[in-house]
Order: sequence, then C-alpha cells, then structure tokens
Amino acid sequence: MSKILVIAEHADGKLNAGVAKVLAAATQIGGEVDIAVFAVDGAAVAAQAAKLAGVAKVLTINNAVNDHPLAATLAPQIAELAGKGYTHVLFPGTTFGKDVAPRTAAKLGVPQISDVMAVHSATSFDRPVYAGNAIVTVEAPAGTLVATVRLASFNAVAETGSAAVEAATVAGAAPAHTRFVKLEAQKSARPDLQSAAKVVSGGRALGSSENFKVIFDFADKIGAGVGASRAAVDSGYVPNDMQVGQTGKIIAPSLYFAIGISGAIQHLAGIKDAKVIVAINKDADAPIFEVADIGLVGDLFTVVPELQSKM
Amino acid sequence: MKAIVSVKRAVDYNVRIQVKPDGSGVVTEGVKHSMNPFDEIAMEEAVRLKEKGKITEIIAVTIGGAKNEETLRTALAFGATRAIHVKDDGGIEPLTAARALAAIFKKEGAQLLIAGKQAIDDDANQTGQMVAGLLDIAQATFAGKVDIEGNKATVVREVDAGLETLEVDLPAVITADLRLNEPRYLKLPDIMKAKRIAIEATTLAELGVTAAPPVKTLKTTPPPSRSKGVMVKTVDELVAALKAKGLA
Ligand SMILES: Cc1cc2nc3c(=O)[nH]c(=O)nc-3n(C[C@H](O)[C@H](O)[C@H](O)COP(=O)(O)OP(=O)(O)OC[C@H]3O[C@@H](n4cnc5c(N)ncnc54)[C@H](O)[C@@H]3O)c2cc1C
Ligand SMILES: Nc1ncnc2c1ncn2[C@@H]1O[C@H](COP(=O)(O)O)[C@@H](O)[C@H]1O
Repeated sequence: MSKILVIAEHADGKLNAGVAKVLAAATQIGGEVDIAVFAVDGAAVAAQAAKLAGVAKVLTINNAVNDHPLAATLAPQIAELAGKGYTHVLFPGTTFGKDVAPRTAAKLGVPQISDVMAVHSATSFDRPVYAGNAIVTVEAPAGTLVATVRLASFNAVAETGSAAVEAATVAGAAPAHTRFVKLEAQKSARPDLQSAAKVVSGGRALGSSENFKVIFDFADKIGAGVGASRAAVDSGYVPNDMQVGQTGKIIAPSLYFAIGISGAIQHLAGIKDAKVIVAINKDADAPIFEVADIGLVGDLFTVVPELQSKM
Repeated sequence: MKAIVSVKRAVDYNVRIQVKPDGSGVVTEGVKHSMNPFDEIAMEEAVRLKEKGKITEIIAVTIGGAKNEETLRTALAFGATRAIHVKDDGGIEPLTAARALAAIFKKEGAQLLIAGKQAIDDDANQTGQMVAGLLDIAQATFAGKVDIEGNKATVVREVDAGLETLEVDLPAVITADLRLNEPRYLKLPDIMKAKRIAIEATTLAELGVTAAPPVKTLKTTPPPSRSKGVMVKTVDELVAALKAKGLA
C-alpha cells in the first residue's frame, strides 16, 4: 500500500491553498496520506492542514532553520523523513515545489515526475510537455516517487477532516552557503490569481502601466484576479508574479478574459484549463480567437469600459 | 573562476507541435531545433559576467546525440571559451543530465553552473536543482537578477509571491528565468570563429556516470482540443453570451 508524504507549503502562518489540491492527487493515488509542515513553529499551519479531508497525520518538524523555505535546508530533511517508509513524496507545482522537489529527488537518487495532471495508478501519471501541446502518460521506475502536482488539474479536497498532529524530528542543519535576504511580496486586495474563479489578463496592447488601470478597474468590478502576458510584464506594466503561461502561472478559472493578448502558445499553456475564455482583440486574425469560447473584435480601450458598465 | 553553462537542443519555440498519430511521441524529424531559450539566457548571463571580469572561463556542456554539436557551436558563438559534448543517444533525463553536469563541475573545479530554469521540450524544471543537490552546494533558481562579488552571488528570484533575494556562497547553481537578460544577436564573424574551436567529446561512462532509472513514456496524446467558440459583434451580445453561461 502507498504511504504518501505531502509537503505543506506555507507563509506567514497560512497553509498554501495548493496543498488541498495536492491532497486530491494523493487521494487518487490511494493509501495513507501524511502532511509534513516544516517551520519554526508549525502549530497554526498544522491545524489548517489537519482539516483537509483524507489526511492520516500531520507531522510538524519545528526547527529554527526552517525560518525561510530554502531548498538547501529543506531537501535533506524531507529526504530523511521520506526514508521512514514513504512510497511517494508530493509537492505543489508552485515555485516553492519546483525549487525543492528536484533537490529532494537528487538526494534520494530517484527521478522526479513534474506537473502531474492525472493519476492512473500509484506509479502511472499524465503530465504535459511542450508547453502543454502534448500530454505524456508515464510509468515511474521502482523507488520513492517524487512528484510535483499541477494545481490547475485538481480540485481542492474539502475541509472536513480532523487528523492527528504529531511532532517529528529529523536532523536539520542550515547550510551556511545560503542566506535569505528579503521577499518583496506584492500585496494586493484582489483575489489570488491562482485560485480566483474569474481572471482578467492584459497584454502588450495596454501600452503602459497607467493604461493597465483599465484592466484593474474591470477586474475589481467583477471581483476577478488580474494576470498578464509576458509582453506586458517584460514591458514593465505589471510585476512578474502576474505572468500567466508556460513559464508563469498555470490557472484554471471558470472565466478568463484575454484582453489585448495575441494568444501565443506559451500564453495559452497557462489557460488551457479555463472553463470559458473570452478574448477581446482588435485583430480578427489573432490566434487567441482560435481557442476563445467568446470572441469580440474591437479596441479594448472602448470595449472594456463599456463592458464594465454593463456587467 | 570557471563557470559551466548547460545547453540543451530542443524543438524551436515557434514550432507548432504535432503529436504522432500512433501516440509514440511528437514529430521531431524535419522540425527546426534551436538552443533551449532559457539556455540562451544562461549563456548571455555568463558572457556578461565574463565581460565584467567576474568569471574567466565559460565551459558550455551538452548531453545528447550528434546533432547537439550545433547547440555547442551556438554557445561558442555567444562567447563560451570551451565546449564539452557528452555523447549519448539515449533519451537523456534530468537526473542523468544532472549527474553528468555534476561530474564535469567537480572535474573542472568550476565555481558556478548557470542552467536554464526549464527545457521547453520536457518542461521538467529539475536539472539545475538536482546538480546542486548532488554536489551539496547552494542553489538559486528562477533568477531574474544576478550580482557576483568575490565568492558571493546575490540573486533575485522570481517566485509566486513576488521577488525573493538570496545570498549564496560559491560554488553554486543558478537557473535562469526569462527576465534575467535579453540574449544578444549572434554576429556572423562570431559564428564563423566558433566553427574553428574544437569540441571536447566525452561519454557518461568516461565521466563515471550511470544513467538514472528511466521514467517510461507509455504514450503521447494531443491535449483535449477546445472547440471554436462564437464571435460576438457588440458588448451587449458579449454580456448576453456570458449571461447564457451563467457567468454574468
Ligand atoms: C521560452 C518562452 C516562454 C514564454 N513564456 C510565456 C508565458 O509564460 N506567458 C506569456 O504570456 N508569454 C510567454 N512567452 C512569450 C510569448 O511567446 C509572446 O511573446 C507573448 O505572450 C506575447 O504577449 P502579448 O500577447 O501581450 O503581445 P503581442 O503578441 O504583441 O499581442 C498584442 C495583441 O494586442 C492586440 N491589440 C493591440 N492594440 C489593441 C487594442 N487597442 N485593443 C485590442 N487589442 C489590441 C494586437 O492585435 C495583438 O494581438 C514566452 C516565450 C518564450 C520564448
Ligand atoms: N541533455 C541536456 N544537455 C544539456 N543541458 C541540459 C540537458 N538537460 C537539461 N539541461 C539543462 O537543464 C535545464 C533544465 O532542464 P529540465 O530540467 O529538463 O527542464 C536546461 O535549461 C539545461 O540548461
């Protein structure tokens, strides 16, 4: 039987919303599922993790070295914990998971499966390659299975559980070679891009950060999160954490607005799981219209304010 | 100070990927290949560090079949001082590539590996982190800005929450994100000059590396296609269409 260890990403005492989606993947694999919380004091995060449906135990590994989530500090601890009989170690497919999981796999001497999007069995999964333009079904070799889970592919499990919380200890020494300096987080009152039900994204067509207000105002009117194409981010209109796509965030909202975005394959890779895509573009031949559920050809600077007033 | 840059040959990012009808993979024959875009960014960063006098030697390394030589030529045209081809015709997986890179890193006494954050064919995003883990050295992934002072690197990382700054002691692995720099256009004289530099060949066996147990690909399928939707002519029609779907 599988024994699965899910690594809890957290910040400021809050469990990352992606962990409940990793739990969904773990539940599909089947077996016993534990969550590990590495922190200085993981009690608050553990209490949130304990509520997730399908969790057997929450393990808190309290240690001053776990002050900041550094791959070099976490990977050896996770590898040691995995050695206590776990068959699978699962991470959310976030920048945190992508940073820590491969280092953990290397420590364990096993390959990693990135971006699991469907579970066929305890060792067989689907994952996207070529920016999601092909899906491969893979079979992992024997040994501990390390994987990251593509969050857009799974629905969060319910918060109906009440798992036991236990303290665990592993040797954990902070390597002297890596020091956390600072995190400049974008504080925003808007819904989080990765979990928002509605997302409005703007592209190069916005032309400036001042003009991006058109997108923000519309998003606020309909209670949406805000994203952007790479061109909009590279041009400095909005910060990097808003980029949607192959190399930005992969999202699955019920409603996605692509405004002044051409629809390059790298951008589409991030929105393939959106339920309804609306495209607004002044070029009737823009590739975004090939995937849009509803398309409107027009100038965004007149269309979007009108739409805002009518929704 | 020596830096290693790993460069992978991949289907060009502009190519429309076709899945073979028999599900055995994607069509790669007769399709344009280029250096993985993130590796171009890694190469560019190494060349800039060399121009600033922070590093003295850039060794470009690729692991793969005979055609990977083209990728090394591109790296030399960027300004790599040496090029190492680890010849292997198997399907190279991240852990195997990482073992080879770690072996070369040690053998060369390098202080820095700059890798791309991900290869746009397998989209694995693993190799750099694995090298750092195998060598037990510092890692700073998804770099948007790199400063090197003596044996310290300050790296601004592009993370989900925003921008994280780490300070790492060398030796270290850095993986390049999109906004680290904009790679230069290669000039013809540099491309010509690169043709005259000898490429050093080696093998996994010579490096004392065993290939990782493979993750088997059972089949390859195209993603579910989105059916073409409707075009509306006015904002009112758009609002009506959204209402019909219960979204407005
Ligand atoms: C390795 C790699 C990874 C990448 N990763 C990503 C990624 O993660 N995410 C991403 O988005 N891109 C990514 N890209 C970049 C991608 O290829 C495109 O360059 C980018 O998505 C283009 O952004 P855009 O659509 O905003 O700009 P453009 O392609 O310039 O499109 C602008 C659009 O706006 C329309 N327009 C102009 N004015 C108006 C107006 N007034 N009203 C309405 N419409 C208007 C135009 O018709 C055009 O279609 C990546 C590229 C590479 C090589
Ligand atoms: N076969 C290879 N040859 C050279 N570099 C590689 C190879 N595989 C991976 N890399 C490097 O590792 C990075 C990440 O690749 P991946 O982990 O496959 O997404 C790439 O951008 C390359 O820099």
